[in-house]
Amino acid sequence: MKKKTGVFVCHCGINIAGTVDVKKVAEELAKHPGVDLSEDYVYMCSDPGQNMVIEAIKEKKLDNVVVACCSPTLHETTFRNAAKAAGINNFQCEIANIREQCSWVHKDMSKATLKATKITKSAVEKVRQNESLEPISIPVTRRALVIGGGIAGIQAALDIANTGYEVILVERNPSVGGHMIQLSETFPTLDCSQCILSPKMVEVSKHPKIKLMTYSEVQEISGYVGNFKAKILQKPSYVDPDKCTLCDECTKVCPVVMTDEFDLGLTGRKAIYIPFPQAIPATYTLDIRGCPGLVPIACGKCADVCEPEAIDYDMKAEIIEEEVGSIIVATGYDLYEKENLSEYGYGKYADVLDGLQFERLLSASGPTQGKILRPSDHKEPKEVVFIQCAGSRDPELHCAYCSKICCMYTAKHAMLYKHHVHDGQAYIFYIDIRSGGKGYEEFVQRTVEEDGVVYLRGKVSKIFEDKGKIKVWGVDTLLGKNIEIDADMVVLATAMRPSEGASELAKKLKIAMDKDGFLAEAHPKLRPVESVTSGLFLAGAAQAPKDIPEAVAQASGAAAKAITILSQERLFHSPTVAKVTLNLCTGCGMCVDVCPYDALSLKDGKVEVNEVLCEGCGTCQATCLRAAINVKNTTPSQVHEMIRASLGG
Amino acid sequence: MAENFEPRIIAFLCKWCSSAGSDLAGVSRMQYPPNVIPITVMCSGSISPLYIFDAFNKGADGVLVSGCHPGDCHYIKGNYYARRRIALVKKLLEFIGLEPERFQMSWVSAAEGTKYTQIISDFVDALIPLGPQTKLRRNL
Repeated sequence: MKKKTGVFVCHCGINIAGTVDVKKVAEELAKHPGVDLSEDYVYMCSDPGQNMVIEAIKEKKLDNVVVACCSPTLHETTFRNAAKAAGINNFQCEIANIREQCSWVHKDMSKATLKATKITKSAVEKVRQNESLEPISIPVTRRALVIGGGIAGIQAALDIANTGYEVILVERNPSVGGHMIQLSETFPTLDCSQCILSPKMVEVSKHPKIKLMTYSEVQEISGYVGNFKAKILQKPSYVDPDKCTLCDECTKVCPVVMTDEFDLGLTGRKAIYIPFPQAIPATYTLDIRGCPGLVPIACGKCADVCEPEAIDYDMKAEIIEEEVGSIIVATGYDLYEKENLSEYGYGKYADVLDGLQFERLLSASGPTQGKILRPSDHKEPKEVVFIQCAGSRDPELHCAYCSKICCMYTAKHAMLYKHHVHDGQAYIFYIDIRSGGKGYEEFVQRTVEEDGVVYLRGKVSKIFEDKGKIKVWGVDTLLGKNIEIDADMVVLATAMRPSEGASELAKKLKIAMDKDGFLAEAHPKLRPVESVTSGLFLAGAAQAPKDIPEAVAQASGAAAKAITILSQERLFHSPTVAKVTLNLCTGCGMCVDVCPYDALSLKDGKVEVNEVLCEGCGTCQATCLRAAINVKNTTPSQVHEMIRASLGG
Repeated sequence: MAENFEPRIIAFLCKWCSSAGSDLAGVSRMQYPPNVIPITVMCSGSISPLYIFDAFNKGADGVLVSGCHPGDCHYIKGNYYARRRIALVKKLLEFIGLEPERFQMSWVSAAEGTKYTQIISDFVDALIPLGPQTKLRRNL
């Protein structure tokens, strides 16, 4: 049966009609084969305009319509809904973009009219071969997975759990808390980090809707939005947290001293340890990298003294499988590697520290109980040089980007140093001071005015040890003078990097990364918490350097996005997916190899499409040598007719 | 060459970057010659070489394929496939004697309205001296 097509050309006031002879376009289209009706109207998207389309479909019994108007990004949904209201399928409506791609970019009326006519004819050819499709409906597993137990992950997990959905929070370290729990006080209010974060850590561990999995890593993610399957590796801690009473007898007898990661190497810990006294879960972990042997005959001292018999050398790694509907990735950051900053003597001189190490010195729970002492001789430093942008904003040698938080934490470090060492002097080398944020600029001013910190605009050229001092050579570019400081301690505001292992995880999750290795958001302005893969959201410093309030805000945003998925019983997926013509398919598998979504597989010598995974990109279609696989409603036959219409006349 | 020669160009634009970039050119009211008829597809990776040959067969004087910048593909890696495929198509077209200026590939992001405008203007300027494309044109 011959299909009847209706064409509706919009004037858009004078936005289209100013350059395109709309009446002429409608007349030309009326002559086009298959077009039964061709009309124009001043504002097609208005209520009377939409009614005109609806009535015409009903009265003339049109099979499909083309609306020639603005970009489909604006009103495709509007007119497809109108088509549906008139009783035909959404996909029996196509948009011809004659505004953004025609009237707005041209001045010559006759040429623009000709072009608009061709664009509209091309859309007519497309719609005439469109299949009627219904959205693909998929059930939703109403639980979430949060990867990373720092402040961003904790916030996201709590927000989701508080709406009543189950959350699995996975943290690879023995305790949640992330880098924030290592900090002393936080800018600009000088809240103690422990005091504001510990209650949240406890909440996470006690929340009835949160399953906390520490010392665990995500191994594999499969599935798709609403229905992910996660394989999580639970590493053995060799200590039963339910039996452990935190008596600390085991660490007293453990003969092995290892570097303490929590204090960033400023102190040591035993092979059996609790990362810090307020760790959540509150239990010990036996680090097998240092333990002389899990066979009791090799050592076994800890098990001997453990009265509650919490230590179990037979504990094994376990793979736990979980099903979730959405995933939040909050894998955080690490500091720029020490070995990259040898020009500042970082890693060579004991008294050249990074920002996190200085945080530990300032922390009341740190290795010096909050006293600022030099790691080399435990003396109080009287002259401290802080160097900003150590590794940041240096496209030639290091990272091109700004690490964003260093201006503020360096000001805080210098201020807190002055609060501890009243007769000391703090110098800060900086390139620019970036203190955008609520109360941030005032905080920096306070550092200068009330605490007398000296800001020197310029870079440090050399750092070397000389007679027990650390000589800092630099330049003050405002005064045009060379600066030489005999410092007792140097603190580097090292760049932030995506955390170790983030890139491997991104590959497992199919999340894109930006040029610096941070996880890429779906749109830099309008979709900052979503990844390009639907159902996967980003939070915290894993996406870009950010401070605590920003990480928290993004985490809550990501949680809200995750909840929009969990709150639905079923999800709908675009039905414009690939379709295999079985008698043409030879099962060569070329399309299977190129599919970016693993949506294709071979079954009984033919390709099979997982319609839920397929995003309809059409890479398979261009790869198939026998035209056996096509994306619905963008088939080669449609494109060839569109080409003909576009070139005709 | 005829003075009033108006090259006919087919531009295959991916929906997410290049079509959005051309929309931006419109929203910004940038001006470029009206010789291009855009055909929006989901991804540059879905553009079969046959589309390109077909456009030339049907009398296109020039064909443009435009996608997201490498690394920015909405579909993760579709534009990498497009890049490889298009490179081969370009070689083939040159081998059969088509002027290389007649077939172009570009990367235009959703934010690059200016770049899209420039590419179209330059393309039309490059095609005018060549005159109508007859090499692959079938007498339809």
